[in-house]
Amino acid sequence: MDLDLSAPHSTGTTIIGVTYNGGVVLGADSRTSTGMYVANRASDKITELTDNVYVCRSGSAADTQVISDYVRYFLHQHTIQLGQPATVKVAANLVRLLSYQNKNMLQAGVIVGGWDKYEGGQIYSVPLGGTILRQPFSIGGSGSSYLYGFFDQAWKEDMTHEEAEQLVVKAASLAMARDGASGGVVRTVTINAEGVTRKFYGGDTLPLWHDELEPTNSLLDLLSSSVPEPMST
Amino acid sequence: MELQLSMVDGSVCMKDSAKSEISSERTLYPYVTGTSIIGMKYKDGVILASDTAGSYGSTLRYKSVERIKQVGDHTLIGASGEISDFQEIMRYLDELILYDKMWDDGNSLGPKEVHNYLNRIMYNRRNKFNPLWNSLVLGGVKKGQKYLGTVNMIGTHYEDDHLATGFGNHLARPILRSEWREDLTFEEAVKLIEKCLLVLLYRDRSSINKFQIAKITDEGTTIFPPYALKTFWGFSHFQNPSKGAAGTW
Repeated sequence: MDLDLSAPHSTGTTIIGVTYNGGVVLGADSRTSTGMYVANRASDKITELTDNVYVCRSGSAADTQVISDYVRYFLHQHTIQLGQPATVKVAANLVRLLSYQNKNMLQAGVIVGGWDKYEGGQIYSVPLGGTILRQPFSIGGSGSSYLYGFFDQAWKEDMTHEEAEQLVVKAASLAMARDGASGGVVRTVTINAEGVTRKFYGGDTLPLWHDELEPTNSLLDLLSSSVPEPMST
Repeated sequence: MELQLSMVDGSVCMKDSAKSEISSERTLYPYVTGTSIIGMKYKDGVILASDTAGSYGSTLRYKSVERIKQVGDHTLIGASGEISDFQEIMRYLDELILYDKMWDDGNSLGPKEVHNYLNRIMYNRRNKFNPLWNSLVLGGVKKGQKYLGTVNMIGTHYEDDHLATGFGNHLARPILRSEWREDLTFEEAVKLIEKCLLVLLYRDRSSINKFQIAKITDEGTTIFPPYALKTFWGFSHFQNPSKGAAGTW
């Protein structure tokens, strides 16, 4: 295979973060792959940094885990010093510092999302290289390629929580349908003034898209219930 | 510069009018690919199964690709690897069967013969460094004799009671080695195949939830319409894996 080593390496995942009128909804698929093998089909890519800030991880699992471990540690100390919860901006910038200062060694594309009392719900995108960008919504990982058009059309300002959650689940599900490196279940984390809520959308509860079929228990069930004869010679 | 069609291998290339040589080309890598094929013998004949995905790198680009086809009256062929090469192989095989029928001598090519023919094609292409980038499974029944064989892009070929290509070798074969029996009924065989298909769906990145099963017996061939399987995600551990270990996967 010809390898283009200079191209940015977007890796096996779909991650999404959107703001809504009370906070943020973070979403991700659950597939971790080593090559073509699915090493973990139900992994958790949305990781806690503090009670009010979470991060969606894409790229090298090891790199993003160690970054979030460091940032969690720093934020813990910062919270003690500050005497109040850390802001989302501080959390995102800590992630950025690590990403930027070690850019030659790391492969980490993350979306930091959370809620604080000063700015409410915020989403910060920290892609490969360590750029930091505050955005009303952000998508990342290899599956995100399939979602740019979708979000251009479907995103709107000031959604309700239900709308935001539905949008994230729909988008993740669409990306999983086309990206071989994404799959499994959709996990979402909602962060707002009230706290944090985790949700889980299992494989068969996700909507079906073009060219996908309703799941059954077995071909034998279909054969015994259907009337017309299948194709044969 | 002009285009020239080579009569040797059908390749089209640019030709400099000063030279009379035809430059040769070789397949370097596949583009649109199919993943595993599973095949197994059962009481009445042979069953082949696959999903219907045509991947374009890591994109699941085509979702209704029929990778199991009939060849003559006695054989089924399943292909993984480059889809365009499989389509070319089907052209060769359809021509082979047609010429055989034209003899009208009461004889017909069985799976063993088709396998041998394919093996020659695959191996000769491999020797010219221009392989047909496929792994093929051939199943058939002729005069009560069940047959199941495989041949791939480098010309390796063998027969067995159950076979698989690609990831199926790693994930499905162990299940089959443990649970296959000579006298499986059609229903038992389908259940066993579906067990394998489900593992492949969970663990092979390039698989999709849309499958095709085909069977061949002395009576004839049936390729069933595509269908999807229910998946299970209800393990309690799946609900909250990072509880008590923030940052784990």
